[in-house]
Amino acid sequence: MPYIAVFFAFVIYPVSYGLWMGSKPSLYVTLMNDPTYWTSIVNTVLYLGIAVNVKMVCALLLSGFFMRPGWWIKALLMIYVLPWAIPSMPAFISIHWFFNGDYGFLNDLLYDLFGINGPAWLDSRWLALGTMITSYIWKWMPFWTVILLAGRMAIPSEIHEAAKIDGATGVRGFIHITFPMLANLYFVCTLLSTIFTVGDFNAAYFVTGGGPAFATYVLATLGIRDAFDLSQPRLGVAAVITALPIVIPLVYLLMRKLKTAQVQL
Amino acid sequence: MSTTAISVAPCNAASRLATSGQRLRRAARRRRWLANVGAALLSFVLLVWTIAPIFNIVMVSLEGHDDVFGGRIWPADPSLEGYWYLEYFWHQYGNSVCLGVAVTALTLLIGSLTSFSIGRMRIRHGWVVTNAALLTYVIPATFLAIPFYRLAQAYGMMNNLWSVIAALVAFATPYAIFIFQNYGASIPMELDESARIDGASPWQIYTKIYLPLMTPALVAVGTYALLLAWNDYLYQFLLLSSKQSMTVPVALAQFLNSDEAPWNYMMATAVIYSLPPIATYYMFRTKMTGGLTMGGVKG
Repeated sequence: MPYIAVFFAFVIYPVSYGLWMGSKPSLYVTLMNDPTYWTSIVNTVLYLGIAVNVKMVCALLLSGFFMRPGWWIKALLMIYVLPWAIPSMPAFISIHWFFNGDYGFLNDLLYDLFGINGPAWLDSRWLALGTMITSYIWKWMPFWTVILLAGRMAIPSEIHEAAKIDGATGVRGFIHITFPMLANLYFVCTLLSTIFTVGDFNAAYFVTGGGPAFATYVLATLGIRDAFDLSQPRLGVAAVITALPIVIPLVYLLMRKLKTAQVQL
Repeated sequence: MSTTAISVAPCNAASRLATSGQRLRRAARRRRWLANVGAALLSFVLLVWTIAPIFNIVMVSLEGHDDVFGGRIWPADPSLEGYWYLEYFWHQYGNSVCLGVAVTALTLLIGSLTSFSIGRMRIRHGWVVTNAALLTYVIPATFLAIPFYRLAQAYGMMNNLWSVIAALVAFATPYAIFIFQNYGASIPMELDESARIDGASPWQIYTKIYLPLMTPALVAVGTYALLLAWNDYLYQFLLLSSKQSMTVPVALAQFLNSDEAPWNYMMATAVIYSLPPIATYYMFRTKMTGGLTMGGVKG
């Protein structure tokens, strides 16, 4: 059972080591006194709340769109999933440049098409946060769309036909037939995505770089900053540990859902 | 139309029937037309939304160094200058490839062996392993990064590609075990039993029956592991810092931190770095989505 060995060496041991590193109470006092910590908490909550949910709702609706017949829908789907296949790190640094207020592609385009001088996207806290969320959605929406699309395809078409005869088409068909059948999958996907996003480092780090003036740190990037830029590894671990009260209930919910509903990813 | 229906009394009912039928048909046609226009509009928006950043990467990569700041949408004179730079680039690229291949191979090996022994040989307490694996799947990667770094330091594993490989394999195997177990459940146990009666050892069952039948799942998980290794930045950044051991993303990030970032080189690198996963994705596209959603909605 080689997995057990790997599991102990690379999961159990680091986790317990991490918990031990972040076990001193004084670390949390230091954290509480750090104003950046509080902004990171607010950012993390906003990031999780907005980015994940907007992404999932859009993915759900778009998966319906991609069910339409026609070759050009299929072709579009193939282009649409590109962001997922592009490695996240180069994608996000290019987006960083894309949004650059002076030289970026977006503002050049706005100027050429409409003669507008676009704002400096990354220089205000809320714009930068919005930019970060948008980039995150850009990168990860295709993946979840594909998952939900497969979920929709697994619904037997007889059900839709029966519903159509009973008059449930369009929006009503979606509310009464499609969504109830997809609800479990959707719920599990949202949970998983939330948990992944808590630990997501790339979008937050490369799109805004935590700037302007530390205003767009999230817990994941804050932890890494504390640990390596400020060389206080214990403080970094403590920062990440404070995310666990959000994560653990989600994990618990997810486990229960997976066990009862037999939905798999 | 309503006036004719009123004025011509005798054929009132018939004409009303006809017109309402026509009206319905026309409404349906209009609705279909609207739906098509809506779909076309949505496709256009999606296309722009998806392509714009990618377009940006490619365009910047084709620009000369000074043009980057020129504020043009199309490069003045496209050049491949950006593609011939980067000291050590191919070496670092090789590192990335090694990393990706090793992570994929090890994930497949460990994942399939584990799920084989749990699912096929009916080991007691196998479910503990499955659940533990599930737990690992949901631990935020960032949480483990710092302890991992400290451990690698303590054991002198810094600047060693193997430390990154180990970390990424640990993250990829839970998912692999999941998929393999679910997929493996669809292979009838009778196959194993008859092979055993014919005198096959567990190892032979594994290589001759289990693996060949699992090919779709193997492809799906392999692609997943490769993309995981290719997407990762944090672990490579923390664990690899020398020019010799560095991988492409780390090298890219170093450019970002230098004062005058050479955007055209960076984007050229990004383009080359993005090609393998895109190629892999398109090659295994149908198999992968099938594997990713295996079971889809059973509930």
